[in-house]
Amino acid sequence: MRRIISILLENEPGALSRVVGLFSQRGYNIDTLNVAPTEDPTLSRLTLSTAGDEKMVEQIIKQLHKLIDTIKVVDLSDGPHVERELMLVKVRAVGAELRSELKNSVEIFRGHIVDVTPSSYTIQMAGDGKKLDAFIEAIRDIGTMEVVRSGVSGIARGEKFLLV
Amino acid sequence: MEKLSGGDLLIRALRDAGVEYIWGYPGGSALHIYDAIFRQDDVKHLLVRHEQAAVHAADGFARATGKVGTVLVTSGPGATNAITGIATAYMDSIPLVVISGQVPSSKIGEDAFQETDMVGVSRPIVKHSFLVKRPEDIAATVAKAYYIASTGRPGPVVVDIPKDMTDPAIKVPYDYPAQVAMRSYQPNERGHSGQIKRALKTLLAAKKPMIYAGGGVIIDNASELLTTLARKLNYPITNTLMGLGAYPGSDRQFVGMLGMHGTYEANQAMHHADVIFAVGARFDDRVTNATDKFCPNATIIHIDIDPTCISKTVGADIPIVGSCKTVLTDMLALLEGMAGPDQSALGEWWATIDDWRARHGIYTADRFEPSGGSLIKPQDVIKMLHKVTGGDAYVTSDVGQHQMFAAQYYLFDKPRRWINSGGLGTMGFGLPAAMGAQLAFPDAMVACVTGEGSIQMNIQELSTCTQHGLPVKIINLNNSALGMVRQWQDMQYSARYASSVYEDSLPDFVALTEAYGHVGMRVTEYDQLEAKMRECFAMKDRVVFMDIVVDRAEHVYPMQIAGNAMNEMWLSKTERT
Repeated sequence: MRRIISILLENEPGALSRVVGLFSQRGYNIDTLNVAPTEDPTLSRLTLSTAGDEKMVEQIIKQLHKLIDTIKVVDLSDGPHVERELMLVKVRAVGAELRSELKNSVEIFRGHIVDVTPSSYTIQMAGDGKKLDAFIEAIRDIGTMEVVRSGVSGIARGEKFLLV
Repeated sequence: MEKLSGGDLLIRALRDAGVEYIWGYPGGSALHIYDAIFRQDDVKHLLVRHEQAAVHAADGFARATGKVGTVLVTSGPGATNAITGIATAYMDSIPLVVISGQVPSSKIGEDAFQETDMVGVSRPIVKHSFLVKRPEDIAATVAKAYYIASTGRPGPVVVDIPKDMTDPAIKVPYDYPAQVAMRSYQPNERGHSGQIKRALKTLLAAKKPMIYAGGGVIIDNASELLTTLARKLNYPITNTLMGLGAYPGSDRQFVGMLGMHGTYEANQAMHHADVIFAVGARFDDRVTNATDKFCPNATIIHIDIDPTCISKTVGADIPIVGSCKTVLTDMLALLEGMAGPDQSALGEWWATIDDWRARHGIYTADRFEPSGGSLIKPQDVIKMLHKVTGGDAYVTSDVGQHQMFAAQYYLFDKPRRWINSGGLGTMGFGLPAAMGAQLAFPDAMVACVTGEGSIQMNIQELSTCTQHGLPVKIINLNNSALGMVRQWQDMQYSARYASSVYEDSLPDFVALTEAYGHVGMRVTEYDQLEAKMRECFAMKDRVVFMDIVVDRAEHVYPMQIAGNAMNEMWLSKTERT
């Protein structure tokens, strides 16, 4: 069972290492992780995706709560939510036919070409993980030179907020 | 506002946090702090011989008193030597503040002399840790450290202080916060009232109830409340290794410790119970045996202050997150207006338990061969210790067979009298922990039950006892072997004693003790045991080391059979359930 967990924590040195350490220490997996300060610079917002059975996920959430630096923890996948991941893909783009094929694919997936050289395109794509996977699959025959993904960020839909 | 150097400020803050004693060991990065200690009289420092012992001593002090123990060590090896002690306290939820010196902030990360990333190294075994970045932060950090260590589920907190923070040349205002408020840490003491009501109804409807109480009851000073509730209900009660003394050990309702070396009646009663009322216990693997076979018919009520303990290994049917004290208080108040339990079912249940007791109970009759001549049974040493001390000593232990014999046979009637490393199982804990208890209660009898293996892991502390006048009594069950290792080798490795015997390498413990300026005694005949032990405890102001030669062939029984339900046990070398 895949889960997206959002954490609000004190923006203190070592706070992130406590979260990451908890996962290795207790034998849980982190699939993706991203973290940045919020508009209140004393707080960080961290989003991670993990997988495990119900009992394990319940323990993960309780263990995260237990960390002294943690202010709030929510399992976004518990309710309706929006999740997005940013991906940058560098592909070899040589020849008019290939360049136009790539452009078409990028448009269909609502991405952008953000860097162009005579021999390459760098494509920016945002969406949920499945959409990003689908794009990579769509251009598989062309092949990628480099792919970088940000990991999932998420927010609950409607009148639900993760605030202090 | 008064201005102080970081070192003076730290010691002032410790004083204002209520600290009387620091256990520690100096070194380069901590020297400004040591100089500050030297220049005042409020906070006393006790020099140990190894940093591990400083932490165990502070831990023993904390367990005996319920106060927070305080430790001061230097950076690098001072800090890493403290790690085993911190892990020991963490596993048993003991409140400690461990202050470590650190190399100056400008040198952090440069692999400076005696540099270790203490916050990093200790991270998995602390409740929380701080690295001080400004001298102005020291007082507030100290206040937070004591608050975190002592509230909620207690635990050790590390405060790492770079040397430049305590520089005598830099003076900053001293301001100790009147109270601590943290938006990210607000432990919840009160249990949910609806859950408490449900739990009480379920408990009263039980036909085969069991109360299973752990160390949380002792930590939270809830023993009296638990005893009152158990007596009102007339329900059988068992204590975990960490919970011994939470309910009086000599009381009729007490069925003994449960778990791996628990009594036959405690493990049977747990297995057959229809309602288990777990209070401040964590369903540790040394209790449950195979969790999939654990107490198949029981509805489980579980009170714990730490939500992560609930349904971690065994699912709770009625969880209550809250402190033992507040939840038991609420339960007792609710109980007033409710009809009591079904007396006839309870009568039958007690008859069944009494039958188990009569059949294989270790308190009904001795289940081991009698001592006599030069055969001294370790169990008899503990029974004698109970007799000679009137059951009123603080008993610390190390880890192994002697620990289990002490847990089984010294029937603790009061909380905080049994001090052992239950979770981590740290050999070398007993002697320094005894020093901590003796410091807290200078007139009390403090006995360290140990073995010739464990005692050698921190035997250097005999010198600390001399320096600080800590007249602990050491009861060394000497079987010239690592007894518990040997027992497992007997049972599982066809008596191949890999590295569990010393051949002729053991020291003369009497001469060794005398070299430290103490009294040593060697006991080899059973008929000398009582007189020698009385002589030992009569020497109130001396450290006495009783080296007692016990039967090497003895095993600890009962012993659960791994991978089975909790009531499947070996009862002796040849008899099993």
